[in-house]
This record gives sequence, C-alpha cells and structure tokens, in this order.
Amino acid sequence: MNQTTKNKKQLFTVTVYSENQVGLLNQISIILTRRCLNIESVSGSASSIPGIHKFTVTCYSDRATMEKVVKQIEKRIDVLRAFLYTDRDIVYQEIALYKVPTIRLVDEKNLEKIIRRYDARILEITREYTVIEKTGHSDETEALFQELKNYDLRQFMRSGRVIVTREATEHVSLFLDEQERRRAEFNR
Amino acid sequence: MDNKITGAEAMIRGLLAEGVDTLFGYPGGAILPFYDKLWDYRDRLRHILTRHEQGAIHAAQGYARASGRVGVVVVTSGPAATNIITGLSDALMDSTPLVIITGQVAVQYLGSDAFQETDVVGITQPISKWAYQIRRPDEIEWALSRAFYIASTGRPGPVVLDFAKDAQIGLIESHYRRCNFIRSYNPRPVIATENLLKAAALINNSRRPMIIAGHGVMIANAEQDLLQVAERADIPVINTLLGLSTIPSTHRLFKGMAGMHGNVGANYNTNRADVIMAIGMRFDDRVTGVTELYAPNAKIIHIDIDAAEFDKNITADVHIHGDAHDALSALLPMLNDSSHEEWIESFDRHAEVEYREVIVPEAYPEADACGGKMKMGEVARLVSEASENKAILVTDVGQNQMLSARYFGYTRSRSIISSGGLGTMGFSLPAAIGAKLGDPERTVCCFTGDGGFQMTVQELGTIMEYGVDVKVIILNNNFLGNVRQWQELFFNGRFSNTPLLNPDFITLASAYNIPGEHVSTRGELAAAIDRMISAPGSYILDVNIDETDMVFPMTPVGKAVDHIMLNRNLKYEPDNEE
Repeated sequence: MNQTTKNKKQLFTVTVYSENQVGLLNQISIILTRRCLNIESVSGSASSIPGIHKFTVTCYSDRATMEKVVKQIEKRIDVLRAFLYTDRDIVYQEIALYKVPTIRLVDEKNLEKIIRRYDARILEITREYTVIEKTGHSDETEALFQELKNYDLRQFMRSGRVIVTREATEHVSLFLDEQERRRAEFNR
Repeated sequence: MDNKITGAEAMIRGLLAEGVDTLFGYPGGAILPFYDKLWDYRDRLRHILTRHEQGAIHAAQGYARASGRVGVVVVTSGPAATNIITGLSDALMDSTPLVIITGQVAVQYLGSDAFQETDVVGITQPISKWAYQIRRPDEIEWALSRAFYIASTGRPGPVVLDFAKDAQIGLIESHYRRCNFIRSYNPRPVIATENLLKAAALINNSRRPMIIAGHGVMIANAEQDLLQVAERADIPVINTLLGLSTIPSTHRLFKGMAGMHGNVGANYNTNRADVIMAIGMRFDDRVTGVTELYAPNAKIIHIDIDAAEFDKNITADVHIHGDAHDALSALLPMLNDSSHEEWIESFDRHAEVEYREVIVPEAYPEADACGGKMKMGEVARLVSEASENKAILVTDVGQNQMLSARYFGYTRSRSIISSGGLGTMGFSLPAAIGAKLGDPERTVCCFTGDGGFQMTVQELGTIMEYGVDVKVIILNNNFLGNVRQWQELFFNGRFSNTPLLNPDFITLASAYNIPGEHVSTRGELAAAIDRMISAPGSYILDVNIDETDMVFPMTPVGKAVDHIMLNRNLKYEPDNEE
C-alpha cells in the first residue's frame, strides 16, 4: 500500500460482530468520536449467528486512520471481530421511505413515471398521503429524494447500510470455531 | 433457602476466591450493604480507608504495580464514582490491573436523576478495559470472575463493576467459579513463527541493533528473557520511563532512558540504529519526538500483546503479537551469538558528554552551588544511594518525576511507579501507600513536588491511620516547576500562575504525627536522608530546591529525537560524527 492510497479520503464501511451487551454501540461510537470521525450511517441488528450482533457503520476517512480505528474497536472486550471494507469489497443496500400527498400522485402523471423509472414501489395509500419505498445505494435514494421534493414531499427517511461481503471466507464463523476449540482445551 | 446469601456477601466471597486480601475504598449510601457485610469479613479482608476516592484508586494502582496483583477499589455511587475517573484513565494508559466496584442506586431509580446517581458505565466505558452494570444478584459471580480475568490478562487494565443497591441486597446461592475463557477475548495470542524468523533475521544481520524495553517486559515477567536476548545478540537496551528497572542500571548493555528527558546516547543512537526491537512499549510521543524523523535508519520489530498498538504511532516492519515472555523466549534460540563492541562503545562516548555537561552539575554540584539551595537530581541520587539502589521509587509528575527517574539506580524490577501516560499530579502519595502495602519488604520513596503533594495531601491521614511506612521527599521550589521550565524556555519567562505560596509542610505533617524535617541547605542533606531512611516509619523531607533548576537533556516538542539540548543554550553535537 503506498502512501497516497493510505491517505486518500473515501467512504469506508466497518462491520462489527459483538456479543449482545448493553452499550456496544456507545463503545464503537466513542472510538470514532475521539478521532473526530462522523458516522455517515449506522445500522445494527442480530446477525445470522445466534446471540451475536452485527453493527455496520460508514464514515469518510483515510485507510491508515480507519485501520487503527478498527483495531481499537476490535480491542473492546465484547467485540468478536471488526472488519474494514470499501464499496468494492461488498454488496450493499439501503432502504428509503418517502411520504407524498396522494393528491399529487393523482393529479400529476409525472409522479407515476418517476416511481416507475426509479423502480420504487408504493407501500400504503390513504386519502391524505402515499408512502413510497425505494431500495438501492444512497445516490439512488438521494436522486429520488431530489425528484420528490418537487411534489410536496412530507417525510423522508433513509436506513443505514446492510451489507454482505464479496469474500468466500466467513471469518467470524472461523473465529468462533477456533474459540470453541480453545474453550474445550481450557475445560479439559 | 438456607444456603442463600446476599449479593453483597457473594461479592465478598468472590473477592476472597480471587485471592484478594486488601481493598482500597470509601463507603457511602449506595454501597452500604456491601460495607455492612464487609464487617463480618474484616479478619480476612483488609480495607484501607483513604481520605478521598482518588486516593483509593491511586493507592490500588501503586499496590498493583508493586505486587503484580489486581488492585481492588470499592466506592459508592455518584460523586465517589466520578472521583475515581482520573485514576481509571491513568490505569488504562499505564496498563494497570484494577477491579473497581462502584455502588449504584437501586434499579428502579436508574435513569431518573436519583440522589447520587450518575451514569457510571457511560462515563467509564471510554477509559476502562471493561465496564458492566450489575443489576441482579445472579449476575454478580459471572461479572466479578470476568472482571478479574479481563483486568489481569492480556494487556492489563482497569475494569469497572457498577453494583446496583438491590443486587447487593437480593439473595442468591453462591457457586463462585473463576473465569478462564471469554469467547470474544484472546488475551494470550499464539505467536506466529514466521514473524519471529523475520525478526531473528533482521537482528542477526544488523550492525547497530537496539532494544527499547517498556512496561510490557515487567508485566510479562520477561526480565530474564530480555537479558538473555540482549546478551546473546549483544544488543544495547534502553528503557521507557515505565520500563526502567527491567534491566539493572549497572548492566553493561543498559544505555539509559528514552524520550524527551532521556539519556543522550539512547536518543541520539535511536536515529543511528539499523534495527530497533521495541518490546512492550507503545511509541508514546514523549518517547519519539516528531514521528516522521524517528529512527529513519532502522527496521523496526514491535513486540506487543495489544494489536492496536501496531502502526499506531510508528510503522513497524515486523509485528510480533504476543506476550513479551512468550515472544522473547521463542526468539532466543533463533539468535546468533554476536558482538557489537564498537556500536556499544558509541553510547558511552555520548554518555561521557552527558555526564560532564548535565549529570555532574545536576547530581554532583559544587558545595556552594545555587547559594546552598539543592538540585533535584542530587537529592534523587543521594536517596537512591542511601537505600542501596533497592527502594521502590514512586514519583509524582513533572520535574520531580523526570529527575528522580533519571538519577535513581535500579537493581531489581518493579522499582519505579510513575504516572507515565496520563501524567497525573497528585499520583505519588497515595500510590506510594499502595506500593508499600503491596510489597511491604521494600523501602518506598515518594518523590513529589510542592504542587503535586498538595493535590492529594489528605492521604497523610491514611498514612497516619494505618502506620504505612512511606518516605516522602518534597522537592520544594515554591513553583509548579515543570510548567515554570516551559514558561522560561518557550514563553519568555512569563511565570503565569506558577509560583505557589506554600504552608509549612513539616508542621502540616506533624498534625498527622508524621515526623519530618526541613532541609534548607546542601550541607544538611545527606544526614537528613540517612535519618529518613533509617526512621522506623514514615518520614517527610521538605527539601529547599533551587527554582531555576531545570530538567535536561531535553528534546523540545516538534523536534527529532536526536535534537538534544544539554542546557538551554547548548545543543548536543557529537565530537566524532561518522
């Protein structure tokens, strides 16, 4: 890795696998706060492994800084593993919801075209409002947001990222297998 | 139902199961059920009542660092919990194993701004190795066993258990089991042989190798391994501040202390070395100076148990992730017998200049120098000599710290206890109390200044109550001396808020029945030190220090590590630059 790539600012995705303990998100966020890194997005939920939580955080920084941050996150006792990715390394998706007045949908043909063009879908229609859903990358949900602003958009909400890696190896499962082997050794 | 005990008693039995015999603490409302039960165990658990919670945690730090055991602190909620914050941060920076139990309001009041409620876990998470709130009695044994395991293994550190009052009162059956495994935590990594081989190849092919031995060597009990590696490959060893005493001061290969006020040879040759093996140290900015200019000619081998230290400040060529003892003992058979006579002698040439220009005027001044007022270095040297270089040195922070560390001699490990990372003024007096209780056989010398002494001066009461034998040397210049030094060097001598109007410290000590004496002139010094060392208990010397005395050598902030000022006007230029 040469010095320029190390120092280039770009969007990084950090995934953190942890035990399901109180205050984990706080522990992650204070490590970012110390280095004055803004969290661009965050999502957290139970992972596919029972009892283990997964947090996904994105922030703009350089690789050298982010590598240090990830090591400091991984150092926390209840964190199993933490990983650093760029967008090339992962398949990712966000979800956005938009609320527009139903009257605009009925009155203006354009709106229907927009929804079709963005491959969005309608979740709920009432007399007063219509809720539209769009999944995609943030530039896509952002583009639809910009369009819908012209149609009296009332509410807009975007989620953090959900991601899967483009790797063949499942590091967390391997780590857990190794740790269970250690546990068996201790208990022998 | 008969075999159930309260949560407070379960906690106490757990402490006993962990081998604890000493607690440092201060009672209060939310921890009262614990203290009530403690009364039943007073024959097995000694409780040291300090005069302030900050004193309790610094004492526990001193205890842990002198004994190698886990220091235990018990305080109540709210203000007591916030009073331990400084020591907590200090212990995290200096890798000190502590278990801190804070009382907490009953669970139903949590989050309601109840009396003496504060968010202890929220406050302490950034500065503790682990923080956990115990809300139910059935969590106590799980949390306490984990706390001891986490505090004492890997890179040691402080752990906080926030103990809700109802969990102390509730009943449980006690089945204490010590913890030896946590799925998400790997405290003793297996060392990768390929990295050891890389390190060995670098060392075996080097002409100017150097070892920087840090606190990690002491924590891992790897002093013998360090000596064997250094002697086999004939590598000069320098220490970080907290690594001092891991190698005897008189050893042929010991070449002094690294860093801002370290030894000339150590710092100058850092930038001449071709291989540096850093063991259990973290390339603190006070050690490296400007990182871009640090060790430009060296391949760096970094041995550390904390992977987050790798490439944090200085990028290393080889990372050896593991315990210092494991790493060095595995490395030893890979090393060739070598000799680096010329390289080792080059340190001594630098040392000769340092001796002439710095050490003689500081530690061996003329009888009438400074109008009879004393230099801090000479006091440290004489105290060390009077204790046959066998005492534990506990320092405060500032000039007293640097000069006592420099002019003490070290003959065995764990001989310096100092607030290295956080730089906490007021650390030394309570830490010295803890050090004496942690290693009662050794003489404990507390070096402090007139500023730092007054930050925790209330602990004289603890010394009095428990008859702790601590020798306190106040290097009194009626100034915040280190700040004064920076004001003189970098702020045009504008002594903004650094002079102090002090009380008579000996009169103050006498109120606590602690004997002591003023040392006004150089002629009285040696005899006063002898009286202090041979006194049967605590003793205080109030030493009249020349306020213009400054710590040198000095690498100014923003300069390379080999930009060394021997005094304020003289930059070190070696005679025979190769």
